[in-house]
Amino acid sequence: MGQIELKQVTKSFGEVQVIPPLDLTIHDGEFTVFVGPSGCGKSTLLRLIAGLEDITTGHIEIDGVDATNLVPAKRGLAMVFQSYALYPHMTVRKNIAFPLKMAGIDEKTQKEKIDAAAKALNLTDYLDRRPGQLSGGQRQRVAIGRAIVREPSAFLFDEPLSNLDAALRVGMRLEISELHKKLATTMIYVTHDQVEAMTMADKIVVLQAGVIEQVGSPLELYHHPRNTFVAGFIGSPKMNLMTGPEAAKHDSATIGIRPEHITVSKTEGLWKGRVGVAEHLGSDTFIHVHDTGLMDMMTVRITGDIAVNHGDTIYLSPDMDRLHRFNAKGDRIA
Amino acid sequence: MARAISPQRKFLTTGAAWAVGLLIFFPILWTILTSFKTEAQAIASPPIFLNFDWTLENYAVVQERSNYVRFLMNSIIIAGGSTLLGVIIAVPAAWSMAFVPSKRTKDILLWMLSTKMLPAVGVLYPMYLIFIKLGLLDTRTGLVVVLMLINLPIIIWMLYTYFKEIPGEILEAARMDGANLRSEILYVLTPMAIPGIASTMLLNFILAWNEAFWTLNLTAAQAAPLTAFIASYSSPEGLFYAKLSAASTMAIAPILILGWFSQKQLVRGLTFGAVK
Repeated sequence: MGQIELKQVTKSFGEVQVIPPLDLTIHDGEFTVFVGPSGCGKSTLLRLIAGLEDITTGHIEIDGVDATNLVPAKRGLAMVFQSYALYPHMTVRKNIAFPLKMAGIDEKTQKEKIDAAAKALNLTDYLDRRPGQLSGGQRQRVAIGRAIVREPSAFLFDEPLSNLDAALRVGMRLEISELHKKLATTMIYVTHDQVEAMTMADKIVVLQAGVIEQVGSPLELYHHPRNTFVAGFIGSPKMNLMTGPEAAKHDSATIGIRPEHITVSKTEGLWKGRVGVAEHLGSDTFIHVHDTGLMDMMTVRITGDIAVNHGDTIYLSPDMDRLHRFNAKGDRIA
Repeated sequence: MARAISPQRKFLTTGAAWAVGLLIFFPILWTILTSFKTEAQAIASPPIFLNFDWTLENYAVVQERSNYVRFLMNSIIIAGGSTLLGVIIAVPAAWSMAFVPSKRTKDILLWMLSTKMLPAVGVLYPMYLIFIKLGLLDTRTGLVVVLMLINLPIIIWMLYTYFKEIPGEILEAARMDGANLRSEILYVLTPMAIPGIASTMLLNFILAWNEAFWTLNLTAAQAAPLTAFIASYSSPEGLFYAKLSAASTMAIAPILILGWFSQKQLVRGLTFGAVK
């Protein structure tokens, strides 16, 4: 079991309220991602759940039990930190054994659990090394191993991949997703990387300035962003958001169209613009278009390759069925 | 990029470093040399540097007249005891200041240090009375306590700076792993801070070993450490430089040797690799 409920939780540091009253339910077995720009309060929220920070008002319930005043050790949660936070003076084996030792588990059971975790995480050959002798990816695996052996009711991940290089990050992302499928334990994962959020999450919680902007499945957020903030934050490259007469034509204050929902022609189309930079990725081409008269720079994503050069005039046609409309407050118009 | 250093410059700086080193070491060297002279050679004018009849007579006389081992044991117990007690008190204090600081933490640290600015003699009288009242005069226990109190600000300051370098996330990880405060300090913080704790202990052991004001004023015969052993050769029968030097050499030898051999042990580096 691992259901976590936040009820009217607030957090203030001195006079500054970083989390205004917030309600959130994370269901048992769910992979929930907190995503948002840096400083949006996502890590603070995770630390409140972990018990590493005290909440100012409100309640936290874990599996129906009020955990508001419980110390971290008593909440039955395990956490993986951005910096790995391994114990540098202990071998990998001792690092993984530490939570078991603290729980007073006998040595035989400890060994069984460590061996099983090491096998699952490909760490068997490294058990007698110290963290300083491991690569970043291996260290992160040790940190995950240390979390697994406790058999917690939920795992908390605080930007666990941001210290890894791009290739390793993709690999670890898959490993964590697979781990979730295998264990079916609740996971809460904090990241500022919306690609991680989209690829891993069952449920994404988009945060801005401590406020939940939207909660939903990755595709729900992609197709039906509740406001301009979520529209701009989810999806890569970012959604093109336009205001002014073009938006007014659609009875809205702001309209949005994703780069992949625009087609490009050299002869005709709804909008006209000049090619700035074209990024050729092979599988896709990102064209940054200037002088459309609609917004500073519009981004278009074309599948495959297209022969355009800097300064070329091109015509753009949005897929009108995929147009997003927002009112003056930035909220979605259905 | 390392700067290129010309050979001449290297020669000059090396020479200057040696000159400063010798200047600082000279009084100790002179004491050691004098301890092997006769009393007449010790006060000869102009002073004799190396060209004298080397003799061990002074050591023999000192050994015969005083119980060196008893003074030595007192020094070890007082310096060791006060250092150990100080560290036991300072580890939790430094932990709280480094990891759960309050608005006043910096003020408290400065205030503690300010007590070191008070001339010791200013509190001699009240301390003496307290010692009489508590029956601590001329006891090792009394000296252990007093030297611990005197060095406590330095121990806390040093540990505080070492602890500040330990990433807080590692202690948070320990808390998540189910460690209570005691386990956190015992199994995680202390082992990681061992190089820092060791150098702190060594420095304080040396400070306590060399402390002369309180050890001379609060002891008579029972608890007198090596500082009193040296002092006993300077007063009653006038000055006997050669014997005084022999006593001094015997008193400083253990701490010199300890300092020499522990240099290399104090290299830090254990905490690398935990946090990128």
